[in-house]
Amino acid sequence: MSEEPEISGAEAIKKKKQRNLAIALSLAAFILVVFLVTILRLGGSVADRSF
Amino acid sequence: MTDNAAKSDSYALAGPEDFFDLLKPRVMSLVVFTAFVGMVAAPGGIHPLLGLVSILAIAVGAGASGALNMWWDADIDAVMSRTANRPIPAGKVRRGDAGAFGGFLSALSVVLLALSSNYLAAGLLAFTIFFYVVIYSMILKRATPQNIVIGGAAGAFPPVIGWAAVTGNAPLEAWILFAIIFLWTPPHFWALALYKQGDYERVGVPMMPNVKGDAATRQQILAYSIILFFAGLAPLATNIAGVIYGIAATGLGAGFLWFAYKVYQGTPEDHGPAKKLFGFSIFYLFGVFLALLIEKAVKYYV
Repeated sequence: MSEEPEISGAEAIKKKKQRNLAIALSLAAFILVVFLVTILRLGGSVADRSF
Repeated sequence: MTDNAAKSDSYALAGPEDFFDLLKPRVMSLVVFTAFVGMVAAPGGIHPLLGLVSILAIAVGAGASGALNMWWDADIDAVMSRTANRPIPAGKVRRGDAGAFGGFLSALSVVLLALSSNYLAAGLLAFTIFFYVVIYSMILKRATPQNIVIGGAAGAFPPVIGWAAVTGNAPLEAWILFAIIFLWTPPHFWALALYKQGDYERVGVPMMPNVKGDAATRQQILAYSIILFFAGLAPLATNIAGVIYGIAATGLGAGFLWFAYKVYQGTPEDHGPAKKLFGFSIFYLFGVFLALLIEKAVKYYV
């Protein structure tokens, strides 16, 4: 009984790191996707528009 | 150790894969596929990368509604054998966390689809999520044996969203694809309900077999299968389908009718025919949409 929390504690830290990494990668992917979509939607003519 | 302590420990052990499971990956794969076919069948085109991002947004939206469904239905999922090992009843993810996860991803997916395609597609995705979570899960599922008939509309939207993402509108052809999935859903789920009705009975979800009885369900399965056969041929009246699709839809439709007829003839004790129909129904939907894809590819390259 006394050893169990320690084992599950180490395991819990490992899982927390995995969750954090997954969130970080998802955020990075989201930023990349929004960037690419923005570039594509603006298209090549963005510099030619007249205000 | 009390049950609560055990649960809080298990929550700390949740990995990313447990949150991924909240998205109902298998449902998501069918959504991705049908949305993709809607996109390809639509006239004109979309930049491949924008198309890919749009598919991603639709997939995330579908997954988010799955997570919200699990958030709402955690109480009955825990009792039913088919769903007892989902992340919330399994004690891996907190119910509130699943709800927040689903709500956040819903908003994200709609915004992303608006950015990558247009507001019509994004609006249809938002409506689909709303329909699945509020109309189906919250209102219909526990109230009426017509739950999955009306709720089936949610699963039928993806090809329309895919079409709208490309063209910015949703013409008759897109709604024919909608109709095929819509009419496919009742016999698909009632086949499952026929051999899982004990589960639904226990949690008080009024599926057709436990409300109207076994015989009435078998009749309705056959009736929907006949209508589905003709709905499956409807694309032939438009220019999205040709000979290849015609052959595929006729063969698959006939197969569906055959398995439905076997269910119709069956007895309540024998679950074999219902299981076979359930399996074939997935093959049917996949096959019909694949035929549309092949049809378009042949038209394009030949």
